[in-house]
Amino acid sequence: MLLIDCPWCGERDQTEFSAHGEAHIARPQNTAELSDEEWGDYVFFRKNIKGIHYERWVHDFGCRRWFNAIRDTASDQIFATYKPSDAVPDITAADKASES
Amino acid sequence: MNNADSKTESPGTDKPGTDNAAMHSPGQSAAWQRMASGSSVDTGKVVHFNYDGKQLRGVVGDTLASALLANGVRLVGRSFKYHRPRGIFTAGSEEPNALVQLEDGELTEPNTRATQVELYEGLSATSQNCWPSVNFDIGAINSLVARILPAGFYYKTFMWPASMWLTYEKFIRKAAGLGRSPVVNDPDQYEQLHAHCDVLIVGAGPAGLAATMAAARTGARVILMEEQPQVGGSLLWNQASIDGQPGMEWVKRSLSELEAMENVRLVTRCTVAGYYDYNFLTALERISDHLPVAQRSAGSLRQRFWKIRASKVVLCTGSIERPLLFADNDRPGVMLASSLRTYLHRYAVLVTNKLVVFTNNDSAYAVALEYQSAGAMVTLVDLRDDNELADNRFVQQAKDAGIVVHGGCGIVRVNGKKAIRSVVVGRLDAGKKGTSGPELTIDCDTVGCSGGWNPTVHLHSQARGKLQFEKSLQSFVPDQSADAAVAINPSFSAGACAGQFSLNQCLIEGFSAGSKAARLGLDSSGGPAVEQASMFGSTSEAVGEGIAKHADMLWTVPTDHPVGEGPRKHFHDLQNDVTVADIHLAAREGYLSVEHLKRYTTTGMGTDQGKTSNISALAVMAEIRGAQIPEVGTTTFRPPFTPVTLGAVAGQYTDDLFLQSRKTAIHDWHVENGAVFEDVGDWKRPWYFPRAGEDMHQAVQREVATVRKTGGMLDASTLGKIDLQGPDVAKFLEMIYTNAWSSLAVGKCRYGLMLNEHGMVFDDGVTTRLAENHYHMTTTTGGAARVLGWLEEWLQTEWPDWQVYCNSVTEQWAVIALNGPVARQVLQQCCDLDFSEQAFPHMSFQEGAIGNIPARIFRISFTGEMSFEINVPARYGRHVWELLYAAGQQFDLCTYGTEAMHVLRAEKGFIIVGQDTDGTVTPHDLGMSWIVSQKKHDFLGKRSLSRSDTAREARKQLVGLLTDNPETVLPEGSHLVSEILEAPPMQTEGHVTSSYMSPNLGRSIALAMIDNGLARLGESVTARLMDGQLIAAKIVEPVFFDSKGERMHD
Ligand SMILES: [Zn+2]
Repeated sequence: MLLIDCPWCGERDQTEFSAHGEAHIARPQNTAELSDEEWGDYVFFRKNIKGIHYERWVHDFGCRRWFNAIRDTASDQIFATYKPSDAVPDITAADKASES
Repeated sequence: MNNADSKTESPGTDKPGTDNAAMHSPGQSAAWQRMASGSSVDTGKVVHFNYDGKQLRGVVGDTLASALLANGVRLVGRSFKYHRPRGIFTAGSEEPNALVQLEDGELTEPNTRATQVELYEGLSATSQNCWPSVNFDIGAINSLVARILPAGFYYKTFMWPASMWLTYEKFIRKAAGLGRSPVVNDPDQYEQLHAHCDVLIVGAGPAGLAATMAAARTGARVILMEEQPQVGGSLLWNQASIDGQPGMEWVKRSLSELEAMENVRLVTRCTVAGYYDYNFLTALERISDHLPVAQRSAGSLRQRFWKIRASKVVLCTGSIERPLLFADNDRPGVMLASSLRTYLHRYAVLVTNKLVVFTNNDSAYAVALEYQSAGAMVTLVDLRDDNELADNRFVQQAKDAGIVVHGGCGIVRVNGKKAIRSVVVGRLDAGKKGTSGPELTIDCDTVGCSGGWNPTVHLHSQARGKLQFEKSLQSFVPDQSADAAVAINPSFSAGACAGQFSLNQCLIEGFSAGSKAARLGLDSSGGPAVEQASMFGSTSEAVGEGIAKHADMLWTVPTDHPVGEGPRKHFHDLQNDVTVADIHLAAREGYLSVEHLKRYTTTGMGTDQGKTSNISALAVMAEIRGAQIPEVGTTTFRPPFTPVTLGAVAGQYTDDLFLQSRKTAIHDWHVENGAVFEDVGDWKRPWYFPRAGEDMHQAVQREVATVRKTGGMLDASTLGKIDLQGPDVAKFLEMIYTNAWSSLAVGKCRYGLMLNEHGMVFDDGVTTRLAENHYHMTTTTGGAARVLGWLEEWLQTEWPDWQVYCNSVTEQWAVIALNGPVARQVLQQCCDLDFSEQAFPHMSFQEGAIGNIPARIFRISFTGEMSFEINVPARYGRHVWELLYAAGQQFDLCTYGTEAMHVLRAEKGFIIVGQDTDGTVTPHDLGMSWIVSQKKHDFLGKRSLSRSDTAREARKQLVGLLTDNPETVLPEGSHLVSEILEAPPMQTEGHVTSSYMSPNLGRSIALAMIDNGLARLGESVTARLMDGQLIAAKIVEPVFFDSKGERMHD
């Protein structure tokens, strides 16, 4: 069971959270002008990465805040968690470690 | 203790455990004897117990297994598949055979390992998987028809053909299975406990104790968990000394140091069963299982389920001896060699006085020497040939003690079925593939076998730790290299579980692991350095360092016929009855990888998870394939290490604490007035209010009719309610709902549909503008939390700069829905507001007072009648309900429940999201295009509505159905077909979503989702039920009653 560092509350059991897939997907502004394919890409398609994944979590049974995590989907190691308003943390070192 | 202290006692009725021996063989020295003392027992204190209906006697500290052995009980069960007689095989948690049914009635527990059941006064146990008795077992017929139950039988039966499974199932269910499940509720109390520590140490043998001391001396918070009731591990039964003193003296000193430290928690009788991510471990502590039933006071705990987060973990879980695979190696009396030492030194039971020790390594020599010195006749059979045994000091020791050692030999068969009469020993050929020359028959009743040792790597493996194959041990050990470290599960393995079998090294490495674990991650000032100095000096032990000295492994000991081609079986998995021949068969059929092998033969899939069989199975497969063991692979160990009581996992969260129910402020009134409740989400809602003599149907029909004739009141407090405030709420609602919101005036209400980005309806409700920047949103009862989460998700992640603040107020307001022609008059009795059509029009809101209670009153309707929803602070809910109820009596107002509410809304064709919709339904599919704004630039899901599939014309659409026979109520969920065939499959065109008998229409009505429904009004369709019955119906508009909506107004 993961131990997740909520940016607002600190470390809590995974059971307090839910995961919501790939992070950093902005909702398109001009939805009327999008082709079916472009809209479908936004609605349906997500990366399915083995390795470093930027993903959304929410602390449902805690502060109910959304945040992002950088997690290796193979090892489940979480390199960073950060608020939606935060700059994306640099985990270059960890990234390299995971590739090697 | 040591051997010198062990004196045999002559059998006599006044001595525990020996009376049976005397009865069994009058006038002779029994084959088994209770010795004077053991490290775990008090031989002076008798304990009475009952086994298979016989009254027997053991001593305090016995396990059920040791007590049975002390009474000469050798046959304890029948095997799973062939029902072969089986005996106690081990002395620990790895036991595959001696599974017993403990106690009966509500306390009964199946499949308990007799080797782990602590004996208590009055214990009652029965053998399993045998009928009518363990001695005469009808199921043993399986043994004679083994040809129809080969490996892969279950596998193939499950695979093909499905119809045959029905035939086999009855037979298999009757014949298979182990113990009996309890059939009544478990009366015992359990609890879950969360614990946190710096270092968790698993196993309190020499390595674990050393690790604990090292970690504890740094000041770290340490938890030490030990499966056994006593600490000491192997020191409880081997003859080692530390610092010139018996090993157990060192254990006592260590224990007194640890017990004095506040930062140490020592938990015995506690099995760490699961190792999960981020060093989350679970453990089962047995608190009162060892006490006589009468002493387990009601309300006290039976077991505790630990959930532990540890910064670091040190695994000191020891090792499990490996059996040898020889012909008929499953006969009662064949045991692991080390278990014989455990029974002798821990439990003071000399298991036999006619012993053959069969080994391929040095460790079993201690068994031979110790049994010999305790008075048994012992013969050694060693698979290693004379060359391999030359200069072996243990062989020399054995010979010096007068024990005959047959080197280069193997047991080729065993005589005796329910008990061993003798074994036949043959000399191995040079290639060790067969035997030749004269055979030797040795009289014995017990064989202690040792095929080496497997480090107990289960927890390491559960923690994603990698394993490496250690050739000198012919086994897997944890890979503790830096590259293999699991970042999320920092842990160390030390002692025998890490492949270290010298006591001195176990102590040193245990200490080092404990110290590293406590200090890892701390900066240099993080804790005091811990010196190992003077903790333990020299150690001595009989055989420890010899354990790893194998010859090339001989995994299958030859018999007088090729494997699988004669009567004799080499069992490797005793619990699931899997033989070496089965592995050959799997290989011939192409199931070569370990994962396939497991599923094909079921090896390792019993309740023991193959603790004594896994490596042997891999090795035999490797032999067949001419491969190395690591190439065949290793199985992934999964939790739990030993079975965990389900009641303990549930802990205290049972009954009322399992799932808390939510009750409205008016709940007690409903109870007092005879409401029947239904569960809606976690809520308890009145379903209907039966009057004397009414059944459900009658009550609901009356309530539905009364609401339209006079009026009715409903407790609607469970509706989700969200308070929305801020200058950007209107802008936000424009995105959340499909219709227009900016135009909504203060004091007005509007119905809205929410779509997800797929364009599918996911909730609906009425939202009211209470003030310029203040809105009150209602949601479905079940959708309240989901909707709030949805709003928050968009506000936090997409529009964080919008000023909108959401707050759940579901629990804060009690809601009473007053419906029907008399609603206005009733309300007027209790409130001064002007409720006229003009002053208080439909879809508007006002604040007022009911009596003197402040109220928010919404004129909205879910029944199609004149209707007011009255919201008052929850604590006044019951009071206001009673006021309105009293005021309504002169108008024949009724109370109604959710069932009547459903019928009323269905008469009007109002949908219930989640009942009439299922996540694939757009507003257009519901015939609700009117609520989808064409003017708005954007809202959530809008773009999806014009996707080719969503915009398609002939989608499933909501329609009404009227059955040809007005008395027939279609079952909800019925499938609708146009073309009726003799039997399924048939093309389904849709299904019934809601269906009721409507008293106001005097006939049945239904709603359905059906292909191209809106274009098919007037057509006939047929519902085909499971039993083949056909019900014809006509497709109609989904509004059955007052289609112009006149009744909501004057
Ligand atoms: Zn939080």
